[in-house]
Amino acid sequence: MTDTERHEADVLVIGAGGAGLRAAIEARERGLRVAIVCKSLFGKAHTVMAEGGCAAAMGNVAEKDSWQVHFRDTMRGGKFLNSWRMAELHAQEAPDRVWELETWGALFDRTADGRIHQRNFGGHTYPRLAHVGDRTGLELIRTLQQRIVALQQADHAETGDHESRLRVFAECTVTELLTDGGAVAGAFGYWRESGRFVVFTAPAVVLATGGIGKSFQVTSNSWEYTGDGQALALRAGADLVDMEFVQFHPTGMVWPPSVKGILVTEGVRGDGGVLRNSRGERFMFGYVPDVFKGQYAQTEDEADRWYDDQDANRRTPDLLPRDEVARAINTEVKEGRGSKHGGVLLDIASRLPAEEIKRRLPSMYHQFKELADVDITAEPMEVGPTCHYVMGGIDVDPDTGATAVPGLFAAGECAGGMHGSNRLGGNSLSDLLVFGRRAGIGAADHVGGLAARGGRRPAVHDEDVDAAAELALAPFARAAGGVDEDGAAGENPYALHADLQRTMNDLVGIIRTEAEMTAALDRLAGLRARLRDVVVEGHRQYNPGWHLALDLRNMLMVGEAVASSALRRTESRGGHTRDDYPTLDARWRHRVLVTHTRTDGPADPVVPRVAVDVAERDPMRPDLFALFELEELEKYYTPAELTAHPEGGTP
Amino acid sequence: MTGPSDSRVVRVWRGDADDGELVDFQVEAHEGEVVLDVLHRIQATQAPDLAIRWNCKAGKCGSCSAEINGRPRLLCMTRMSVFTQYDEIVITPLRTFPVIRDLVTDVSFNYTKAREIPAFVPPPGLGPGEYRMAQADVERSQEFRKCIECFLCQDVCHVVRDHEENKSAFAGPRHLMRVAELEMHPLDTADRVPAVQDQHGLGLCNITKCCTEVCPEGIKITDNALIPMKERVADRRYDPLVWLGRTISRRRD
Repeated sequence: MTDTERHEADVLVIGAGGAGLRAAIEARERGLRVAIVCKSLFGKAHTVMAEGGCAAAMGNVAEKDSWQVHFRDTMRGGKFLNSWRMAELHAQEAPDRVWELETWGALFDRTADGRIHQRNFGGHTYPRLAHVGDRTGLELIRTLQQRIVALQQADHAETGDHESRLRVFAECTVTELLTDGGAVAGAFGYWRESGRFVVFTAPAVVLATGGIGKSFQVTSNSWEYTGDGQALALRAGADLVDMEFVQFHPTGMVWPPSVKGILVTEGVRGDGGVLRNSRGERFMFGYVPDVFKGQYAQTEDEADRWYDDQDANRRTPDLLPRDEVARAINTEVKEGRGSKHGGVLLDIASRLPAEEIKRRLPSMYHQFKELADVDITAEPMEVGPTCHYVMGGIDVDPDTGATAVPGLFAAGECAGGMHGSNRLGGNSLSDLLVFGRRAGIGAADHVGGLAARGGRRPAVHDEDVDAAAELALAPFARAAGGVDEDGAAGENPYALHADLQRTMNDLVGIIRTEAEMTAALDRLAGLRARLRDVVVEGHRQYNPGWHLALDLRNMLMVGEAVASSALRRTESRGGHTRDDYPTLDARWRHRVLVTHTRTDGPADPVVPRVAVDVAERDPMRPDLFALFELEELEKYYTPAELTAHPEGGTP
Repeated sequence: MTGPSDSRVVRVWRGDADDGELVDFQVEAHEGEVVLDVLHRIQATQAPDLAIRWNCKAGKCGSCSAEINGRPRLLCMTRMSVFTQYDEIVITPLRTFPVIRDLVTDVSFNYTKAREIPAFVPPPGLGPGEYRMAQADVERSQEFRKCIECFLCQDVCHVVRDHEENKSAFAGPRHLMRVAELEMHPLDTADRVPAVQDQHGLGLCNITKCCTEVCPEGIKITDNALIPMKERVADRRYDPLVWLGRTISRRRD
């Protein structure tokens, strides 16, 4: 048997971003022993990169705001494909989750009367985003990190050991979930620092690993975003949903090449910045889609008046949901009205005084100054779409975060459903808090339920540990063997990664066609074969080539899930645009695509094959359905579905 | 100035806790690139096992801290164009912390120290949603909360840089600033002044401002956090009137 270090916990949380930390805090506060495993150092998770804010209908700036309005905006943003129950819980609970952060020491920007200030953002009817300048994610992660330290201090006072109930295993990567009779039993991983293996045993595991952006060439995501949670869940027997929906944030940096994709916050537009093409035109006025007609300003004058008087004017189309803005920019560039380096211009310099820009958007000022030699208080920024977020993810129960695998939970970006086909800006930080907490409760209840029933905790099987160790070491084994049987030198993981990123970017990117996705699946099959020959040099101690070789397993599996789902959905909706099926199709609104691991055909333990099935989303509960005007629903629903609305609809 | 594409020699420290040396790499550098881009190219083409800690590559997470020509910097925020063609480019790990491998160091010192700073103590009886604070009052602590925990200030600080023996008694600029942040938090109710001197070692700081100079977030650590804390300590301990009052009351006891 493989000689491994072992740790036991009641709840194992994989991922230390907002969702993971919030889940860990909740489980610990309910008296459980919690282990948190994360690939980076504690406090470095991708959540730190969130800029604009955290959406919550607190009504501090616009009194008329309410959870119902937030719910409607979220459903609209997701083009009514969302899990309506998640959208409901999210809108109802987000304010409490934000206020709770203040009791843990968070310092948000304030209104004149001392409450939390809220800013405008795309798709939100009212100013709704709690924020700290343009570094809101950092505030969130630091507050949660410091809350964990506070709980560790309390545990130390009681037990003499900081880590008696909450322990963080930093720079540790989980490569496999371990199961026992179909229920989760723990996880297998390695310490990045030493390369030594480690086994965690826990009757409940919360996946909170974030997104998949590192499978794309141009992305705002950090290296950690390799689809680990999604792939771990698939391999353990859980399903993914909605994987075709990938959000391309409209405004990433486009120049210089080395920073291409780095995020430019939507807060720039929320605070008055406007998009222009190379002719200086505010082109977004020409891109308001039918479903949003009447909700956005039609003239520049009205749009500009809206910042001061939101009751008498409609908002600027610069603040349409992200999918609309990203497509518009894509079209402008394609039709030859792009900026010098293939983007469009985002102008805040002519709209706000320099000092105000520096106060409201300090990190944007800093980022452009340092990385591009651009002074955003004096000249426009060049921006273009960048892969930013995956709406799809692990299929979970809305209330508890439970997956189909007993004991396995998921929350945050790696879970699916909440955002439908397109996420509104600001809804991810609130998502992390609301569903991170709920997954923590779900996991705690699961463990409590096991104990109450006198049930045995699932056990880790030695043969599973051995198999996981063997898979993890395979790239070294091949290196030791030198060239393989065919006489070919092994594959370089960095080259494989670059090929994967190009494939996803070029063929499964912002605009898709059947031919391109079929080609993508072919190329992914080729990469799958090449991954079997991947070879790493050196030894196991902090070896990034090895780490990448193992991450590639997950990236490929998730890439296939995205491409297969995208091929299947023959319509355009939110973060899925088909050139060959360019419009919304009401018959697809209630259908979700479910990805699962294939059990038929030849087995590939390195990257198990996936298949996609169609499933139905439950109809919205009548009281929530009644929150919408029939006239609006008619743009999305089939006539038969509308008979459920109180105003009837014609059957 | 690095042109559109340029070949450079980059010297990178490679080794582990026991031993190591500078290794020269001849590598392409393209227009607009940062040092981390060039190191990634070395990884992809010449040394796949070169250990570098990094994460966001956007100056927001504070992972890729190292020393470039002896100066603590973020690898992702240092553009290649800052070096002239005559400059050497020497990249070494943070000196204050033990090396794990190549450019990766063991920064656990900082996490241990973070645990020694007592957490935020909210006002009793104030529920969630009832907090009221003026923007002007939160701004002081907000400046310190911009900290991305890159630990460059901890690395440069001469109190611990070459003085292992001071580490147990000294929290370092990052954590002394955390104490200041809580002390200046409009709603924190704890008294943090005695401990900052007695337990976290503020007295060892002699305000040379090295920490402020290397901070990639431009936080005025010395002027806005450390000196005000020193003043609060001084007011409390060394104000002659307070001293007299305390002496008299002690005699009465």
